[in-house]
Amino acid sequence: MSGPAVFAEALLAPAAACPPGLTTWNGSAPDKRFAVYRNNVIVGLVDALADSFPVTQAMVGEDFFRAMAREFVRAQPPRSPVLALYGDGFPGFIGNFPPAAGLPYLADLARLEYLRVRSWHAADVDAVTSERIAAVLAEPEGLPDSLLSLHPALFALPSEHAVVSLWAAHQAESPALALAAVDPARAESALLCRIGLEVEIRRVGHGTALFIGLLQQAATFAAATAESMAADADFDPVTTLALLIRCGAITGITTPRRTDA
Amino acid sequence: MRSATSRLPARKHRSLPARAGIGLKPEHFRDILDTLPDIGFFEIHAENYMVDGGPFHHYLTRIRERYPLSIHGVGLSIGGEGPLDEAHLERLAALLDRYQPESFSEHLAWSSHGGNFYSDLLPVAYDAATLDRVCAHIGRVQDRLKRHMLLENPATYVEFAASTLAETDFIGEVVRRSGCGLLLDVNNVHISCTNHGRNARDYIGALPLAAVAQIHLAGFAEDTDAAGAPLLIDSHGAPVAEVVWALYCHALDLTGPLPTLIERDNDIPALPVLLAEARQAERILERLLPAARGVAA
Repeated sequence: MSGPAVFAEALLAPAAACPPGLTTWNGSAPDKRFAVYRNNVIVGLVDALADSFPVTQAMVGEDFFRAMAREFVRAQPPRSPVLALYGDGFPGFIGNFPPAAGLPYLADLARLEYLRVRSWHAADVDAVTSERIAAVLAEPEGLPDSLLSLHPALFALPSEHAVVSLWAAHQAESPALALAAVDPARAESALLCRIGLEVEIRRVGHGTALFIGLLQQAATFAAATAESMAADADFDPVTTLALLIRCGAITGITTPRRTDA
Repeated sequence: MRSATSRLPARKHRSLPARAGIGLKPEHFRDILDTLPDIGFFEIHAENYMVDGGPFHHYLTRIRERYPLSIHGVGLSIGGEGPLDEAHLERLAALLDRYQPESFSEHLAWSSHGGNFYSDLLPVAYDAATLDRVCAHIGRVQDRLKRHMLLENPATYVEFAASTLAETDFIGEVVRRSGCGLLLDVNNVHISCTNHGRNARDYIGALPLAAVAQIHLAGFAEDTDAAGAPLLIDSHGAPVAEVVWALYCHALDLTGPLPTLIERDNDIPALPVLLAEARQAERILERLLPAARGVAA
């Protein structure tokens, strides 16, 4: 292996010997000096994860979180210098991390936090105008076959756990008190959208989350509605459409007869 | 092996004013726009703004409209063993195209290997093979970005048995061959010279000072090596040390007034604290050349 390859490998190894070929002006053993680099790399990347997953950290405590993040950093170091979006694989890693097995909701909570980062940094796209929406609704017979483009900062996360309530409890003045009122085993779905410069997270029905996921996969309004109603008897397409409009989340409507953004 | 950019006009872009600037931090976005402090420029880490949209671009756009801007890369891995990351270079080109900074700089270091990014500025051996590679990488960067870049001298903790050149000679040769400018990080000079038993003033004197176009000042942390000798760590988490201010004055005596950045990336204080440190740098710049502010374009 080349010098940098050995150096790089030693950076991620928890207790590797110092790479060969290093010298010091005073003849001191280079191990402690090399450890500065190893520490910079690991601490820097763990800090990046702590920035993106603050509620996950609060849920398990700083020591547990940082130990888990260190394992993840060593297993899946970043593949890009753009660290804002580092941690894509972290929720999955948490789901398979045996010491966290007692907190079955933790992986989904981390998924929610990662989507929040993605929503925060997503592209800026204008919503369709209210005139355009009015025009579509004026001829409702075109709606079933329409395709809706959704804002890149809009995400839906269905979960078997109370991810929204857990997340919201950590925004409360007294998180411990708020957490005590949450049943983590209650299934919740999250909707994330960016209003102005802030990402808002709200609880929505399972059918709404499913509906948004289907629209994102380019299902027609009618197809997404049918599937969502079949999966969730409480799903209401009109309420959901109003919610999406209120969030500025509809960025284009393609009707069978005319196309307009 | 001169790159195509050697033929570029020396000043295609407006340059930064010979004043003090500070690093732009998200926690200060609103304060800056609310108070519009009198400061020479802001500097950003390029990689932090390589996202599609949202608040970072919202604020940077507004701040850039009002201030000169320096873009400082931390992820290009110019000292890396493999080829440059072309996808990353494209992202960088897009960012520079969008914000048209007065200055672009990167490091004499590597941060990626085998597709992994290590998020640290790692040291290179100063030998002929590395020299060729660094010059080729800088040539590619300057060709793609269609501008000259500044290369920053590193803070290092170890040296390599394979090195055949002094760091200053290596940098001098890179500047001569690639035509790049130099970002003189005075804190890094103090750190590296302390860590490797060298004299910091001799080090500065051995650099190609005519190529210096910007200065960085920052704080360091103190540790000791295995023999108990001081080992300084480039933390960017403390105010500029007295010894670094003194070395800065010495460097300016040799170079004349230059755009000077106060770097703070950890334990970030309130905006007025950083502005006060920037004013300290400006007092030194003004003493040196009362008309320094007139240099601002």
